[in-house]
Formats: sequence, C-alpha cells, structure tokens
Amino acid sequence: MTARRATAEPRWVRLLLTGIALGFLFLFLVLPLIAVFWEAFAQGAQAYWDALQDSEAQSAMLLTLTIAALVLPFNIAFGVAAAWAIAKFQFRGKSLLTTLIDLPFAVSPVVAGLIFIILFGAQGFFGDWLAANDIKIIFALPGMILATLFVTFPFVARELIPLMQAQGRDEEEAAVSLGASGWQMFWRVTLPNIKWGLMYGVILANARAMGEFGAVSVVSGHIRGETNTLPLHVEILYNEYNQIGAFAAATVLALLGLVTLVAKTIVEWRMRKETEMLTAELPPKKIELPPAVATERP
Amino acid sequence: MFPATAKPDGVLPGFRLGLGYTLTYLTLLVLIPLAGMILITGQLSWADFWATATGDRALASYRVTFGASFAAAAVNALFGLIVAWVLVRYPFPGKRFVDALVDLPFALPTAVAGITLATLYAENGWVGEQLAKLGIRIAFTPAGIVVALIFVTLPFVVRTLQPVIEDIEPEVEEAAASLGASRWQTFSRVLLPGIFPAWLTGFTLAFSRAIGEFGSVIFIAGNMPLISEITPLLIISKLEQYDVLGATALAVVMLVISFVMLLVINLLQWWAANRHSKSRDGDAAADGLALAGARP
Repeated sequence: MTARRATAEPRWVRLLLTGIALGFLFLFLVLPLIAVFWEAFAQGAQAYWDALQDSEAQSAMLLTLTIAALVLPFNIAFGVAAAWAIAKFQFRGKSLLTTLIDLPFAVSPVVAGLIFIILFGAQGFFGDWLAANDIKIIFALPGMILATLFVTFPFVARELIPLMQAQGRDEEEAAVSLGASGWQMFWRVTLPNIKWGLMYGVILANARAMGEFGAVSVVSGHIRGETNTLPLHVEILYNEYNQIGAFAAATVLALLGLVTLVAKTIVEWRMRKETEMLTAELPPKKIELPPAVATERP
Repeated sequence: MFPATAKPDGVLPGFRLGLGYTLTYLTLLVLIPLAGMILITGQLSWADFWATATGDRALASYRVTFGASFAAAAVNALFGLIVAWVLVRYPFPGKRFVDALVDLPFALPTAVAGITLATLYAENGWVGEQLAKLGIRIAFTPAGIVVALIFVTLPFVVRTLQPVIEDIEPEVEEAAASLGASRWQTFSRVLLPGIFPAWLTGFTLAFSRAIGEFGSVIFIAGNMPLISEITPLLIISKLEQYDVLGATALAVVMLVISFVMLLVINLLQWWAANRHSKSRDGDAAADGLALAGARP
C-alpha cells in the first residue's frame, strides 16, 4: 500500500487540512450556535419560558411576522416579473437592468435605512407634506416595510433569472402556439418549472426580512411594543443587561435561521435532482472540445 | 435606454407587463430613494461635505472599517480555501451536514451573531477567558470587529471556490504529476493559478459585504470613537444628533465605495467566467453573485 495516487495528498496532509477546516468551522459556526441556546437556558427552562411570554417579546415577534408577510408578496411579484422580462426577451440595457437589480445588495443596511429618512423623515423631501397630512412613515410600520422591501429586493429575481434563462423559451412557446392564454401558460408551464428556484429565493428573502437589523433599526425609532421587531428587541434587552431575555428572543431567531438552512438544503437537493433528470433526458448539447484544448490554460 | 415599444420576441406574452412592472418598482423603491440621497447632499457646500467626509472621526472610522474588513476577508480567504478544498476533495463523516452549515451566517440574523460573539469573546466568555490567560483581549477592541466580520463573511470564499475546485479536470493534475511535479508544485503552480480568479472574487465579495456590515459588529466592537467605531455606526450617531446632512455625506462616501466594489466584483466575475467558461458557463461566477445577496 505504498503506492499512493500521484494526484492525491499524503495522508497526514489530508488529516491536517481536514482538522484545520473543521476546527475553524467549529470555532466560528458551531460554538456560537451552541452559545445562543446555552445562554438562553442559563437560568433554567422556566426563566427562558417566562422571557418568551413577555408581552414586548410577543409584540416584537408579531411585528416581525407582519413585516415579512407584507414584504414577501411584493418582492415575489417583482422577482417573477423581472426574471420573465430579462430571461425570456432580448432588449437593450438588459445588463444594466440586471446590475441595478443587484444594487440593494451592495448598499450598507444603514444606508438603506437612511435613504428613507431622507425622503420621508421630518427634515426630508416629503417631511412637511407628510406632517401636514398626518401620515407617519418613519418611526412607524410603513418605513420599516420600505426598508425591508429595499434590503430583500433582489433575492427572488436573482434566483429566477439564471434559472429561467437556462430553461429557455421552448416550452412556453409551445403552450402559447397550442392556444394557451398568457395566464394559463404562466400557471401551468412557467410556474411548475420555476417552483423550486422561486422557493429558494423566497426562503432567503424571508430569512433576511425577519432577521434584518441595520436598515430597520434606522427607521424604527425603537418604540417598545410598537415598532420593535424581534432583532431590535434582542438589542434593547442586551443593552439593558437582560442576558436571559435577549438570548431567549435570540433563540427564536436562531431557530428561524436553522429552519432556513434545512429548507434551503432540501430545496437545493430537489433542484439538483431535477436538473439531473433533465440532463439525463436530453441529448448532450455541448460540443466536446478536443482534450488538448480542454486542458489548456492561459 | 429601454425602447418605448418593445419588439415582440416571437409569440410569448407579458414582456411589457413584466418589464413595466420591473422598471416601475425598481424606480420607486431603489432609484428614487438613492437619487434623493445624492440630491440632498447638494444642500451642503462642497467645503462642508469635504469637512464632514474627511473629519478626524470619519477618517478614523474608514480606517477601522476597511482595516477590519480586509483582515476578516484575508482570514476567510485562507481558511475558506482550506474548507472548500476539504469539502470537495476529502471524504469524512457528516460532510453533507458540515457543507450545509457553512451557510449559517447567511441564515442567522446579524443581531444574534453580534450578541453571541460578544458574549463568547468577552473576558468571562468561553473563548475570551482562554484568550485572557494569554493576555489577548478580543471583545470591545478592533479585533472584536474582525471576529464578527469573519463570521458574517465566512461563506463567500468557500462558496465561490467549491464549484471551481469541483470542475478541475483530473487530466491537469495527472499531467503535472507525470511530468514530475510534486503534489505541492502541482497545487501551487497549476491548480492555484486556475482557481485564483474565483478566489479573488470570493475575497472581494467578503470584503465588500464586511464594509457595510452593522448588526453583528456593534455589540462586540466597543464603539469607541476614533478607535473601534465603524462608519455605519458613525452615520447612525450623526442621525441620532439630528445631523441628517452629516449622516448623508458619510452615506454618500459609503455608496460610492459600494459602487466601486460592485464594479470590481463584476469585472472579477467576468474574468473568472472567461477563465472558466469551458466547463460550467460561468456558473461559479453566478453562484458567487447569488451569494452576495444572501445576507440575512
């Protein structure tokens, strides 16, 4: 057993690298995850349970759910519309449009909150008009929804554009030429084809919507029981040295994160399976390059 | 830019509806607010803008933000390469679980990461206590910021490198080995140059994400002006003093930096995709950008 494949590392190198990788992930991912639950239960299950029963914690949870429920439909509709136009049609300025859709990801969450203060805040562009008509956007629910819409804006579109581009237009064109109406085509052909990609985008957008801190913090005003989302509630309790309360609320968000990871992994698995089935059915499209060209590196 | 009347591409319906909705929504939610922010800085004279954007506290905050972001991205570049390599090449029990766990920072709300890391690395925390014996303080120092940013940006390098390492053709390694290269020579002279564009892309994605990060940092940073105050926090403290214009000036600086980073990332991905186009049609680059968004 002395002959080792020339293209594999020696055993000790493999063990060392695996050890380093797992150690790094343990220190930075597993340990914090354990610590969240450890701190929350530091004074027993009863204290944990009481902290979650707190009325401010409950209203924070409700607000977080409300915001996510209001934000997601808008961004799903936008994502599908944008992906439809970008993936299935040719038009000038397409790559510019794709870049603009990504823009909210490049902007710091704090800046994302600030732009709505500038528009709708007391000193903002529409501040006087809003005050005169007694409409409150900043330090109220509408502002928090706007900020969350902004930070979760690209998720669904981002997932769907490459997916719909890869699927091409053949199936939809067949449906339409066989007499399907636009909506029939969408519900019976397009949607079933993109359902996993759509779900993937929604899962990520939902996690971000519920967990967003910076952007929402800027526009929320931190009014207890009114404009505190769960992440903001965590911050307030932590700053008041209420460890148990802060970490109890944090476990709810951590569970959300874990559920997100599991759901994401399942969807990824389903998507891979469907792609494999698809590529197995279709004849290979790629032109095989001669080996000399294929392995050449610049 | 966009033609007023779209030429119908074949028979498919819904182009105008889709594009119209997209443009309206994008304009209302993203373009007008961002333009508004840039417009309002017009109320500041150039001298005032410059004074705010280059004040002592602002300059110190840029140093902290960029320094910590660079350090965190560098740590993740090194360990991310090892993690990606191990995940692709070596079998070990529980690998699928570990692979899924890498995305945790995208799924865990940043405030949770912030308070947890602050507790872990405080002087009486699990990690902080051990480090305190060695005389090292992490929490409430700039080093704490680096720790938080390492956590938040951990998946970027791993996820941009994984598909590229998967796609390395065995023939390349075999050729190098049969020509007498040692394993290390094969890695450093043949494999590394091949994955370098993707590696750099991952680093840049991590760096650019770290610059804007707020939620996870503020709990562990200590937030001392001039020492451990990041730029997003300085924006918030200006807002709390009702200095909206001052906050906006700093935000515009950050926005310009974001745009530059976005441009650099696009160029890098174009480079990586060209290097890589023969096998996966730039999938790796697409995956990388998709990740740029996944920042719960």
